[in-house]
Formats: sequence, C-alpha cells, structure tokens
Amino acid sequence: MKEETVIKVEGLTKVFGDFIAVNNINFHVRKGEIFGFLGANGAGKTTAMKMLIGISAPSSGSANVAGFDVYTQTESIKKSIGYMSQKFALYDDLTVKENIRFFGGIYGLSKNNISLKSNLLIEELGLEKVVHSLVGSLPLGWKQKIAFSVSLLHDPKIVFLDEPTGGVDPITRRQFWEMIYKAANNGTTIFVTTHYMDEAEYCDRVSIMVDGTIEALDTPKNLKAHFGSDSMNDVFLKLART
Amino acid sequence: MRVILYIINKEFRQIFRNKGMLPIIFILPLLQLVILSNAATYEINNISFGYVDNDRTHTSRALIDKFRASTFFDVSQVFPHPKESDLAMLQGEVDVVLTIPEHFERDLWKDKNIDLGVTINAIDGAAAGVENVYITQIIKTFNKNLAVDMVQLSNNTVQPVLIEGIPLFWYNKTLNYKTFMVPGILVLLVTMITLFLSGMNIVREKEIGTLEQINVTPIKKHHFIIGKLFPFWVIGMGLLTIGLVLAKLIFAVPMLGSLTLMYFYTSIYILVILGMGLFISNFTDTQQQAMFIAWFFVVIFILMSGLFTPIESMPKWAQFLTELNPIKYFVEIMRMVMLKGSGLTDILPQLLKTTLYAVIMNTMAVWSYKKIS
Repeated sequence: MKEETVIKVEGLTKVFGDFIAVNNINFHVRKGEIFGFLGANGAGKTTAMKMLIGISAPSSGSANVAGFDVYTQTESIKKSIGYMSQKFALYDDLTVKENIRFFGGIYGLSKNNISLKSNLLIEELGLEKVVHSLVGSLPLGWKQKIAFSVSLLHDPKIVFLDEPTGGVDPITRRQFWEMIYKAANNGTTIFVTTHYMDEAEYCDRVSIMVDGTIEALDTPKNLKAHFGSDSMNDVFLKLART
Repeated sequence: MRVILYIINKEFRQIFRNKGMLPIIFILPLLQLVILSNAATYEINNISFGYVDNDRTHTSRALIDKFRASTFFDVSQVFPHPKESDLAMLQGEVDVVLTIPEHFERDLWKDKNIDLGVTINAIDGAAAGVENVYITQIIKTFNKNLAVDMVQLSNNTVQPVLIEGIPLFWYNKTLNYKTFMVPGILVLLVTMITLFLSGMNIVREKEIGTLEQINVTPIKKHHFIIGKLFPFWVIGMGLLTIGLVLAKLIFAVPMLGSLTLMYFYTSIYILVILGMGLFISNFTDTQQQAMFIAWFFVVIFILMSGLFTPIESMPKWAQFLTELNPIKYFVEIMRMVMLKGSGLTDILPQLLKTTLYAVIMNTMAVWSYKKIS
C-alpha cells in the first residue's frame, strides 16, 4: 500500500534550558489518516504539536508538514493546516456567524465562499436558531463542534486537534468523532491529542509519548496485541507507569 | 487588504458590544476634561489670612482692609499675640500671617523704615512665592497711596514720580488659565485612552487564548497589527473631535490655527501612541502587567510634558529626556495651533520628530510581535 505522507518527523527535539521537553521523536503520518497523539500530562505532546503547527521553533531535528519545512516555511504550513486547541479558540463576544466570517476572512476566503461555507456549516450542525447568538452563551459541546467546523473552513490538508473533547459529555463526544470521521473520509488528515482512551480506539494509528519520547506507535489493534491488553487504557497505563 | 477589513470589522464589533467599555472610552475622558480644566488651576485663591495688629490705629486697620478687599485673601483670623498665630499656622488654619509692629502709624509718618512681619506657609514653595507677590503688591499700593496722601498733606508742589510697567499679555490676553489647560488636558485624554486601549487589546487576546488561534493562521503580521490598531486610531480622532467641541462650547478656548493641521498632526501622533501600546502588549502576558507599564510611562510623560510645569525650568538632563516624550510635542502643538495660530512651517520640527517617532515605534511593534506561542 503506497500512500502519500503528509507529516514527516525525524529526530525532532525541543529543549527549554536544561529540560528536554521533546526528545528525538520520529514518525510519519499518511494522508487521510486519523493519527492519535497520546501521552500523560507533561509528556511533551503540546510542545511537539506547537512545533508542527509553526508557532514554536524546534531545537534540532527536522519535520515537514504538508510538504513544508517547520523551520523556514511556517507561514506556508499555516495556510495548509487547521488548528483547534483545548483552550476554546473562538471569540466569545462575537456571534456564531461573525466568528465564521472572521476566520474565513483571515484565511483569505472570498465573500461568496464564506457565505456558502457558513450556510453549509450552520445547516450541518443544526445551528439555525443560534446563528446570531454570542458564542459565549452556547454550551461547551456546541462551541467545540463549531470550532472544529471553523478550523475546516479553508479546506486544510491536515487538522491539528489539541484535546478537542476535554470536558464534553459522552453524547457530544460521539457526535464530535462522527465529524472527525467525515472529515477524514473527505481526505483530511487528522492529528489529534486526547486523554480519553476510548477515543484512542477510534484512531487509525496511535503514538504514545512518555517523558518526551515516543514509546509506542502502531494501530490500536497491534498495540493491544503487543502489550497483551484488551483495551488501550491498559496499554497506556503499562507504558506510562514504567 | 481584504484581511485587514475583516479584522477591523471584528474589532469594532467587539468594542461596541462591550457595554462596560463604552462609557470608559467616551464618557470618562470628557468628564476628565471638564473637571480637570476647572479644578487643576494655577491661580491661588482663598488664601487664609491672619494678622497680629500691635498698632491698632487708623492706618494699621486701613492696611488690613486692603487685604480684606482683595479677592485673593480670606481674612479670617485676628490674633492678639504672635504665639497664637504660630500655633494656628502649625495647625494649618492660616497660610499667611501679617504682623504689624507697634508705632506703625507713627513711624510711617516720620518716614522711618518699618518692618512688617509676613509669615508664609511655604510647604508648597510655588504657592508661597505667588502669595508673597500678592502681599508685596498690596503693601506697595498701600504705601503709594499713603505717600500721595502725605504729599498732599504737606502741600508739596513736587509730585512723586511713579514708574510702572504696563504688561501686555499676548496669546492669552486675560491670563485665563483654562485657555492654557484645556488644550493640554485634551492631549492627556487622547493619549491615555488610545495607549491603554491598544496596550490592553492584544494582551487580552493572549489571556483568553484566541491569539494562539490567530498565530496559527497564515495572517500577515502587519495586516493583523494594522487591523488591530485602526479602530483605536479612529477612536482617538473621535475623542479629539469631541474634546475640541467641548473646549469651544464650555471653555470658549479659541481655535486660531487650522483645524486641518491639528487633525493632520494628531493622526500621526496617535500612531506613536498606538505603536507604543502594541509594543507594551507584545512584552507582557497579562492585562495587569500591561496596565502597570502603561501607567509608568504615562505618569512620566505627563509630568515631563510641560503641561503642568514648564520644561525650561527642568534640569538640563531632564530637558534632554523630554525630547523622547511624545506628549510634550503634542502639548506644544496644541497650544501653538490653538492659541497662537501657528502654521505648518512653525510646527515642522515637532511634526518631523513625531513622524520619525511613529515610524520607529511601529517598526519595533511589528518586529516584536512574533507569531509564536
């Protein structure tokens, strides 16, 4: 099976003072894949992700995202990716529609395209009633779904999701993952960090970071077989404890 | 270009949606203009005046009456003894005590030298100096009248020659301090509001986390910054307009120069302040830090701007430092254009320095804004 690689990471390292946050990590992510990026708090997931999305320069190693170099072509990377962080990243004091228009606008979408996309998005998420409500007044689950849709507005090749379902109820999480699958089926690569091990099972492949290094990387099925566990939860505990 | 419009649109929506901020932006500064212009006065009035009259004659009472007749003095206290006047001064009940010596009237007629005792509370040295001038003037006038009286009494044909200077006050004929203060205070409010708003703004996005989202978009740095600052530039110009109207309507401050020139200069000046605000917000992580730093600079800038104290009286090193003070240039220009009717060539030095300042400040602001987390 020959597939296009959209993220290539080789020997990527980030050092803060004498603390090595990310230590020589290597992996490839294929186009259209849902790639789970797991690890305990402080394992270095967010630091690694920040290097990949071009807002933090690596200390050493190389990485290529959507065909662009993370040292020299960060602005080109930013054009080809979407990003949604655990800290909710839409403007609370703007309405749903205003948020969509603003982010569409700064990604350089045309006016027609923005109204087309925002109508589509509103219809898909069933937001007709709250389109003119301030985002701050909506429940968290809704906000996260809208934020994810907004991160897809400019048809990015890759979407980076940093703990997108933190604090969200199980039903909404389910719906959220349905949205992720739909995006992946359309050929968008999904790079997602999470603390929910049931979500790890939904991923095509999973990497587990412990203290700045990647300790395991495979499909959930292979990982479970390899560690002799019947759930990803077990796999994670075995790795993170040692 | 289109990207900038989207940012401006968003900023304006957020500003006008923030019901708590609107009064702060538009009403507080104008209250400030009205209150400060009336209250921050250099005129010294209502000086509480006490006296010890050891002479108790017609002449000594006539002298006291001169003080009573003056609008500057509030003759409230008579002390039988200097000890009591000292105590009253210590307790802050009087600021000036006049002691008339015994045989004042007799010595005056005999043309002897008389020492009148004047004690002034000089904790505020500047005020004490002004009070001294008032007192000396009253005593001099009194003395002069007395001399004329004496001349007439002695039936002397030689009239005393009195030489007097007749001052002409240019640009502010009536010595109205408001004419002097209003343009200055207008400068303050335009500066403070634009500096605080721009300083707070980007830091606020850092705090709520949306700046990280902006930083992962392909937005160009200068687009983002222009879009961010333009609304505050508009607000600054709006404040200038409202302030000028109030200055005209409430304080009748003249506008001798060209309004266009005033607006042209202000439009560049605000760029300096906005660049400064942005520079501050690039180096701070919370609105609190940004506020403290902004205050630090504003206080220094205001006190060293020539608004309240003349720059010419500052020590040489301080005068040199004021060259870096944008508020100084704005205060000068405001007063020059409004009160003296200065034209473009008159304000050219300040205009060029301000323009240079704006270029440097904004280059530093764009340079220091990094699209990283």
